[in-house]
Amino acid sequence: MITIHHNPDKCDYCGTCVAVCPEDAIELAESSLTICYQRCSACKRCIFVCPIHALEVEDERKV
Amino acid sequence: MNARYDIIVVGAGPAGSMAAFTAAKAGASVLLLEKDQHIGLPIRCAEGVGAKSIENLVPVEPRWIAQKISGVVFHSPSGKKLNIQSNQVGYVLNRKCFDYDLAQRAANAGVHVLTRAFVYDLLNKNRICGVKVRHLGEKKSFQAGVVIGADGVESRVGRWAGLETHVALKDMETCAQVTASNIDIEADKIHFYFSRKLAPGGYLWIFPKSENSANIGLGISGEFCRKKSPYDYLMEFMQTRFPEAAILATNLGGVSASKPLKHVVSDGLMLVGDAARHSNPLTGGGICSGMTAGKIAGTVAANAVREKNVSKKRLQPYAKTFDKVEGKNLKKFYNIKEFVYHLSDKDLIDIEQQVAKLPENKRTLVNVFRVALVKKPALIADIIKLFA
Repeated sequence: MITIHHNPDKCDYCGTCVAVCPEDAIELAESSLTICYQRCSACKRCIFVCPIHALEVEDERKV
Repeated sequence: MNARYDIIVVGAGPAGSMAAFTAAKAGASVLLLEKDQHIGLPIRCAEGVGAKSIENLVPVEPRWIAQKISGVVFHSPSGKKLNIQSNQVGYVLNRKCFDYDLAQRAANAGVHVLTRAFVYDLLNKNRICGVKVRHLGEKKSFQAGVVIGADGVESRVGRWAGLETHVALKDMETCAQVTASNIDIEADKIHFYFSRKLAPGGYLWIFPKSENSANIGLGISGEFCRKKSPYDYLMEFMQTRFPEAAILATNLGGVSASKPLKHVVSDGLMLVGDAARHSNPLTGGGICSGMTAGKIAGTVAANAVREKNVSKKRLQPYAKTFDKVEGKNLKKFYNIKEFVYHLSDKDLIDIEQQVAKLPENKRTLVNVFRVALVKKPALIADIIKLFA
């Protein structure tokens, strides 16, 4: 299982990730984005389609 | 604000406002809900439309038009450019003002409008009968005969109703765009750059908004952006081509380049616009197709409510009519996209060189595609129909 890091400073809340998530694991509200790990299948599609890479795999994140 | 409406439209983009307007004109009571605080913002759009297409849908106000377009320029991966002959006029819109005015037009027709209204679920007892809304920290419910989901590419309304709306990774164009000033452009021409290096599985566009400003953006297929994001691609282009530009706006977002959804209605529910994947898979344009869907859906919904039958079967004529006037074409555009977006830079340069051999007055859009699709004669037949 992976953890996905969401960077709110980069995120535009455009919802592109929501459209491709096959598990409906991304909850986009007014100005928040939460990932439901009980549903997430770690397919990483959300990470690939983010227009500004505001979603990253936690481990691969450069700290 | 009432507790119950004939029709509730979720999302006040062009498709939603058009649906609301049409339904109200047909006598229905309508509530139009928008999650953002200002209808028309944020702008996630290159703002281009065909003049004829938009004029067929709505009386066009001069203030909506930022720039008239009368020419198209294609840029090949070799760096060469081709002026395409076209007798079609286009507009680059001011979406901020356009979307706002369309919502106002709906309001003038009697539609109730609520902004900062975030729909977080459907009221669903056996069949759809309304929406649950968060508005300024307060939870509210509104009942409706029909809910029309016009909630954009990130649509949840359809999924809550059990419709299949997921977009395949390869069919999601992920986009970044800036509105840039202090740039040297021809204001009456739109530019398209096709190249694996600049925008793999998509294209880069320059849509002028005035003499010296433009929407400059690109979309790349979801299958090609693992290493570099669209924003990174765009910044590279801007630094190379327009290093002196002032960037006045930055927009990010996705456009589905899939076929339109198979199922866009269910009992008491319809999807329109980007939510129904009604954007053109080849161009990404979705304003006019979304408004067309809204117009048809608004009429069908109002009639269904009046007849007190909002079953899936009763709402189905919307899907059928849309397919006939627009959906069929979108499917053809999808097949063309599948071919065109997979051409290599070498293929693209070959096409450019062949088109360049044509006399200038023969360099039309149809002829460019004739050259590009020479190995796909079936698609050429479609192109001729689509551009006729």
